[in-house]
Amino acid sequence: MELLTNQVLAGIATGAIYACMALAVVMIYQAIDHLNFAQGEMAMFSTFISWQLLQWGVPYWGAFVLTLALSFAGGILIERLLFKPLAKAPILTNVAGFIALYAIINSVAGLIWDFTIKQYPTPFGSSPFLGSQLISTHQAGMIGVTILLLIGLFFFFRFTRMGLAMRAAASVPESARLVGINTSWMIALGWGMAAAIGSIAGMMIAPVVFLEPNMMLGVLIYGFAAAVLGGLTSPFGAVVGGFLVGIFENLVGTYIPGVGNELKLPIALALIVTVLVVKPAGLFGRPIVKRV
Amino acid sequence: MSAVQETVTDAPAVEAVPKRAMTLGTGTSLVMLALLIAAPLFVKNFIIFQMTMLLIYGLAVLALNILTGGSGQFSLGQSAFYAVGAYTSAILMEHVGMNYALTLPIAGLVCFVFGFLFGQPALRLSGVYLALATFALATAMPQLLKLGYFEHWTGGVQGLVVTKPDAPFGLPISQDMWLYYFTLVITIAIYIFSVNLLKSRSGRAFMAIRDNEIAASAMGINVALYKTLAFGVSAGITGVAGGLGAIAVQFVAPDGYTITLAISLFLGMVVGGVGWLPGSIVGSAFIIFVPNIAEGISKGLSGAVFGVILFLVIYLVPHGARQVALVAQHLVGKLKQR
Repeated sequence: MELLTNQVLAGIATGAIYACMALAVVMIYQAIDHLNFAQGEMAMFSTFISWQLLQWGVPYWGAFVLTLALSFAGGILIERLLFKPLAKAPILTNVAGFIALYAIINSVAGLIWDFTIKQYPTPFGSSPFLGSQLISTHQAGMIGVTILLLIGLFFFFRFTRMGLAMRAAASVPESARLVGINTSWMIALGWGMAAAIGSIAGMMIAPVVFLEPNMMLGVLIYGFAAAVLGGLTSPFGAVVGGFLVGIFENLVGTYIPGVGNELKLPIALALIVTVLVVKPAGLFGRPIVKRV
Repeated sequence: MSAVQETVTDAPAVEAVPKRAMTLGTGTSLVMLALLIAAPLFVKNFIIFQMTMLLIYGLAVLALNILTGGSGQFSLGQSAFYAVGAYTSAILMEHVGMNYALTLPIAGLVCFVFGFLFGQPALRLSGVYLALATFALATAMPQLLKLGYFEHWTGGVQGLVVTKPDAPFGLPISQDMWLYYFTLVITIAIYIFSVNLLKSRSGRAFMAIRDNEIAASAMGINVALYKTLAFGVSAGITGVAGGLGAIAVQFVAPDGYTITLAISLFLGMVVGGVGWLPGSIVGSAFIIFVPNIAEGISKGLSGAVFGVILFLVIYLVPHGARQVALVAQHLVGKLKQR
């Protein structure tokens, strides 16, 4: 029994990473209606920017805020320059664009900061949290940040003019335009916010997985899985999905014999697919009503 | 020009391609065929090998095209079917000692069954959810092939070495050239089969499902059957391509069939034009040659160069090679009228 609780706790700790990433994934899905494969690389690039700022002697929270602002601007810039011209192209062409963006960012980051693994500081310290060996203060801090972010987003989308306009633009663009919402800018704003949330995720994750250009690959896969599991339409679902995936992964590794690190991912994914087969819109997603 | 542009740019996600637009005209087809037959006579063995790979990846892209362009289902798991095909061929050749040509239909059949079965749970999913499910399949496959349990057959991490066949009947041509023509014949046969499949009753059912699933089922199309059938056919063709690939490369190993391969095939489909079968070969050329070109331009930034080239292509022709072909056809039509 103790093994079980310990593994669940450890799962929650890794799940926090996935939850952070999944939240960013859902954000952009809300704004542009598809999954951005370059999301992880954007977060990685932001994290490198903050690392560079820290190297230059900027204090942690200063670098944090500055990176947020830069990522927000960067996200908007990418949308305006690269993806606005593709707005009318087929979805699959857009997906190819995401893959191209992925390749570009990864390669440029490798050139600027090279592929050696770097340490990244944590603002929360890394001593055991409340005497538990399994969760460090950093991981607890990360869970706290994720939950704060979620609450912030909830209020933003529920009660602010801007948040409501963004939701309207994403769900019924035509009607939103008729009531005077600039839908094109709402999409750009969505990119900016997704990039900013991604940068938070990156800065929280980097102390755990260490900083290098390929750090986000695994995290992004789990982030996607978490977002899809929780339902792509629900930020709350994404966070819950993240924790569930983390717990799944740990329990599978512990209790199913013969599962090494290599088979953890396929089995976790298989479980998720099984859940989806039963509940196609994800655990907390709105089922989509189809019309002819 | 403007008329073409409009019809091309206002298309939905996976565009409805008119039946006729799916193929090339007779004249163009014959020119292409002559080129493919004559080219190897003038080039070195290594280039012949690359052309063989071009045809093989062309087949795999074609298979994805039938699934996505035909029935509107999205798959990131094609590398898994390719791997199963490759391993089936390799195991039959090396452990059973079967003739290489005979292993291909078996590889196709095995993959057809595998794809058909995989299509069953995939039925409940669509869009990104289906993408995730197929993605899971693609990531799981290399790990499954590495499992110690199958190691006696698959060779584990090391993989299997496959012997390259000699030209039969004492023909005085090199192994590479023989394999090229062998692949070409199979490719043409599968291409003709695919064109006819999409023109047939089943093909029209695929397209009806792609355009509107509910309307299709209301018209009496067995949606579940045709969707899984599309998965099966696509997997079967990919399996044959995988088998040919194993023979051409003379080697199968789990790390040759990762998600990267599936993503490449997807890019090939987009560059070639979704739903346009002849575009498959253009897409295949893109995924084989452009990474090399990018490497040639800059070693350190090859990823970035590749990304920039890809961006340029999708800006200029968001609908891939099909769009180029349509514009060309339009221009030729104008010239004829004068």
